[in-house]
Amino acid sequence: MNNQRVVQGNEACAHGALYAGCNFYAGYPITPSSEIMEILSHEMPARGSVFIQMEDEIASISAIIGAAWGGAKTMTATSGPGFSLMQEGIGYAAITETPCVIVNCQRWGPSTGQPTKTAQGDVMQAIWGTHGDHPVIVLTASGVRDAFEMTVRSFNLAEQYRVPVILLLDEVLAHMRENIRWPSPGELCVVPRRVPEDVRGYKPFANGGFLPFGSGARFHVTGLAHGADGFAVADEAAGRELMRMVGKVRDHAAELALVERFMLDDADLAIVSYGITSRAAEGAVGLLRDEGLRAGLLDLKTLWPFPDGVVREVAERVDRILAPELNMGQLVREIERCVGGRCEVLPVNRVDGHLLTPMQVADAATSPRAGPAARRAR
Amino acid sequence: MSEEYRRYLRPRQLPHVWCPGCGNGMIVKGLLDGIVALGLEQDKVVVVSGIGCAGRTPFVLDFNTIHTTHGRALAFATGIKLANRDLEVIVIMGDGDASAIGGNHFIHACRRNLDLTALVFNNGIYGLTGGQLAPTTPIGKRSTTSDSGSIEAPFDLVRLALGAGAGFVARTTSFDHKQMTSFITKAITYKGFAVVDILTSCPTYFGRMNDIAEPYDMIHYLRDTTSPLQECTCGVSEDGPSDLMPTGVFRDEQRTEYGSLYREKVAVATGKRGMA
Repeated sequence: MNNQRVVQGNEACAHGALYAGCNFYAGYPITPSSEIMEILSHEMPARGSVFIQMEDEIASISAIIGAAWGGAKTMTATSGPGFSLMQEGIGYAAITETPCVIVNCQRWGPSTGQPTKTAQGDVMQAIWGTHGDHPVIVLTASGVRDAFEMTVRSFNLAEQYRVPVILLLDEVLAHMRENIRWPSPGELCVVPRRVPEDVRGYKPFANGGFLPFGSGARFHVTGLAHGADGFAVADEAAGRELMRMVGKVRDHAAELALVERFMLDDADLAIVSYGITSRAAEGAVGLLRDEGLRAGLLDLKTLWPFPDGVVREVAERVDRILAPELNMGQLVREIERCVGGRCEVLPVNRVDGHLLTPMQVADAATSPRAGPAARRAR
Repeated sequence: MSEEYRRYLRPRQLPHVWCPGCGNGMIVKGLLDGIVALGLEQDKVVVVSGIGCAGRTPFVLDFNTIHTTHGRALAFATGIKLANRDLEVIVIMGDGDASAIGGNHFIHACRRNLDLTALVFNNGIYGLTGGQLAPTTPIGKRSTTSDSGSIEAPFDLVRLALGAGAGFVARTTSFDHKQMTSFITKAITYKGFAVVDILTSCPTYFGRMNDIAEPYDMIHYLRDTTSPLQECTCGVSEDGPSDLMPTGVFRDEQRTEYGSLYREKVAVATGKRGMA
């Protein structure tokens, strides 16, 4: 069936959540993410699911974590200022190994910034924003269909790894409309919650699945350092638990690495980009190929754990990597770390609230220093 | 007195962390006696707490227990209850937890009227961090951050809850076991958001900083600074404001509960309204 629909990024995200079985959403209005909650406020009651508008973003993330322990598949969505407030809850979800999804439609700048302008400035915050070593998975999307699929995947990974999954969208993708093929039921994989069958002796943090409250095994959940039974531990045991939790994600970087390759096979020059910027990067590949340069694109869907292996492998085969981002250079540091001198890495940055253009990215391919060329107004 | 409450304790988590003379243990006894009296199903009770001395309560309770972040217990509890309405959700907060860092969640929970029971262990000070000023510390009382006496007007949590719309609001003290157990029982039974402000003693910090360090004297302090609502000239009277804190049930009125309103909304949205 050719089920085409013209939809907005936020709309795709909201419906992706429903497709994935999200049955609890709590949120607080904030541009440019509000359409997600507006759609879900309408769609969820009609499915017998829970939608609630909370008093702030801290309450929103707290409510979705609580709801997960109440047995629900949960999500919230926000933008920069709200995402900052949610860091407390992200840490709690990480240490309590609570599956949940946090969507951040990025806006420009720190603080209130520019609510209706785009950026990719929250990448490092998404990875490191809450205090202490902790596991999170960070995904992104470069188109409207992608926003749908990556929302579903966020839910899947939250269940598989029992971690908070952060999906980074941005203002342009959130509000952009595209004609997409609407996923039919069963087309995309949906991972159900792993609930243990035998609740006797259930230990909530012993990799025995995720059991909600009220299922017959009474246990304790805390944000303090804890052992497999949920009760406090210290010293070596606390260190071991932390390494196990971080290891859940870090040790699975290869299988979590989701990327798309475009014309990379014969490339001398690779553009390594992510999110909405990959659209311009794809255009740049075309422009450069027209000029006879063998360019290709590596579009990263998984931003954390960083797909080290894939980037390293690309670096082995090209002379130069361009790293365009709508920030002053965040993920480029991870790229440089993986490349480790195997080839040249040039950051291409734009921070005026607008998208990089294909021309700006392409210019950097032949420029001795990418930054100034890309910043030049065109 | 029945010893039945003991089966709701986790022996391996005892002794608890509270200081000798702390009133929190007495509140736990009141809560458990109330749960025994109501015959609640142990597997269906969820105890949610925030951070602080009161936040440590669920560790020793053999229910589904969750020790959340500072001030957010009510927001977590909102998620738990809405995800599974068969759960009996009891929220334990300290006074700073509920009314300083969690003040926003507190007033909105009062307004929203989801079926939760909120117990505030109100000792008028930050105990776990070492005796700092709380939003409930009375004017003139000393703490480690107000060593010449507080100059801030304290919150009256009962008035705050009433003003924010809570349908069941009561205040009691940790030394009045009978009244406390009765109010906690009523709060759990109440269909909607119920608040019990439980004045409790912290001899270690509040007492020591204010020359009432003996647990016995702290109980006298609670007795002498409170008065039953019925015989009270406390609050604002013809004689002007009084320092006495009234105790009693201030409001016990039925409001339509949020969960049932939400289920009604679902019934309309799914077209099942009116179906049996």
